[in-house]
Amino acid sequence: MKAKGSVFKYGDNVDTDVIIPARYLNIADRAELATHCMEDIDTKFVKEVHKGDIMVGGENFGCGSSREHAPMVIKESGIDCVIARTFARIFYRNAINIGLPILECPEACEKIDRGDEVSVDFDTGVITNETTGETFQAQPFPEFIQEIMAAGGLVNSLTK
Amino acid sequence: MGMTMTQKILAAHAGLDEVKAGQLIRADLDMVLGNDITTPVAIREFEKAGFDGVFDREKISLVMDHFTPNKDIKSAEQCAQCRTFARRFDVEHFYDVGRMGIEHALLPEQGIVKAGDCIIGADSHTCTYGALGAFSTGVGSTDMAVGMATGQAWFKVPEALKLNLTGKLGENVTGKDVILHIIGMIGVDGALYKSMEFTGEGVASLTMEDRLCIANMAIEAGGKNGIFPVDGITEEYMKGRVDGEWTVFAADEDAEYAAEYTVDLSALKPTVSFPHLPENTKTIDEVGDVPIQQVVIGSCTNGRIEDMAMAAKILQGRQVHRDVRAIIIPATQEVYKECIHSGYMDIFIDAGCVVSTPTCGPCLGGHMGILAEGERCVATTNRNFVGRMGHVKSEVYLASPAVAAASAVVGRIAGPDEL
Repeated sequence: MKAKGSVFKYGDNVDTDVIIPARYLNIADRAELATHCMEDIDTKFVKEVHKGDIMVGGENFGCGSSREHAPMVIKESGIDCVIARTFARIFYRNAINIGLPILECPEACEKIDRGDEVSVDFDTGVITNETTGETFQAQPFPEFIQEIMAAGGLVNSLTK
Repeated sequence: MGMTMTQKILAAHAGLDEVKAGQLIRADLDMVLGNDITTPVAIREFEKAGFDGVFDREKISLVMDHFTPNKDIKSAEQCAQCRTFARRFDVEHFYDVGRMGIEHALLPEQGIVKAGDCIIGADSHTCTYGALGAFSTGVGSTDMAVGMATGQAWFKVPEALKLNLTGKLGENVTGKDVILHIIGMIGVDGALYKSMEFTGEGVASLTMEDRLCIANMAIEAGGKNGIFPVDGITEEYMKGRVDGEWTVFAADEDAEYAAEYTVDLSALKPTVSFPHLPENTKTIDEVGDVPIQQVVIGSCTNGRIEDMAMAAKILQGRQVHRDVRAIIIPATQEVYKECIHSGYMDIFIDAGCVVSTPTCGPCLGGHMGILAEGERCVATTNRNFVGRMGHVKSEVYLASPAVAAASAVVGRIAGPDEL
């Protein structure tokens, strides 16, 4: 499984309330929810994001609420992979369960800038910054986790 | 090698004699919890997976607490979906408006979570029940769906932080100040992926409400769970609430901890978390002049009877500042009734507060107290992220009920000593 796209970059402790503010959690439709993704810290995100793009964060990405809506709206908005130094544990678990590919790689987070073209190979864990030519090594997920993510989430992988 | 308290509970629920940090296990669940925001997503996954039954109708709790009494048509539809599901599977612990309370205040109060249990909830503050000596952690809606169907969840056995509590809290210093101090000390990811194991002679001086408040905010340090040893205070609390037996687990003497910290309770002062992270703590003598427009006293962190008593003690015979809206939200129907019987309700209303039916409401910017641009609120809630209680340019300051009540009177962030 691979991903390639343009980068949206954020800092440490990106919390679930900025990923999708709770005031919108009465919305059931995923596409409508996704129109509010990141809006409290980056109003340009939903206007500029394209299918296949990549999100880069810092430490403790996805901290806060257990809302599965958070990885769900990131995925729904078109993002194919989130790279962070570390993920908050509930977000980490939810991302896998709903089929949003994630990777932990501190070096990549330090050296990749917003707007860079980046490609990711989930089998090897290699992250390439196509803009600068630099490559970074993340720990790839074991096969069973990759299968869950490739199937689009835990429930899809069970019912496939 | 010995095991921590968390590891012992996980081992027992996985049918294993021993587990080690990092080990992946599948554990049996004693309770699976969801609310009106997370349950509809879980129901969608439950149906998508083709599940046609729940593992145990008595071990599922659905609590309609976040956007209730329903604030709009969309949230009413979400509750309707939960109601239909609860009826279809005859879910025993379905708490609707009139019977419900804020989930993490309600479940311990009703005695449906207890020492030794293994619990998941699709709400991050599910870690609250560690106060009773249970393993309890927040998960997402997919885990909740699979948990409701199978009665099991997979876990990575966590490493542990040992928090050794010594001494005794001073007057008007509470469990909230303890956990804010600890988050300030270790940071919002200081316990990432780990269990926070509270221990030491200082535990004996903490009330059940203090412990519930402290365990509640383990997630704000990134923790997987927070857990307290079971002692006479725990057993006294569970007696008369819990039907049947509970199991007491204790950490081994030679259990291994990733790090150890000592917190002298007698040295703590009232503590406030400044925007926009719970780790941005200052003691009350360092806060400076911060005018406020709103106070919220309530939530799963501080909406219990002891919190109401603390607020009432400070508000008695005083008036809320003319520039401040003070919103008091008893967390459950029992707490609400007790506020009436104890006379707290009169004190609150005479002081110029509004008292609401139980709801999570303003804590997550849902309803019942949303902030305008530029407004500041002192809240006894648990998060002060950007936009958490309303406008993206509003601010939330986290504090104890004592500080929140005093601030309501003074009109800026203030401790009870200023009154």
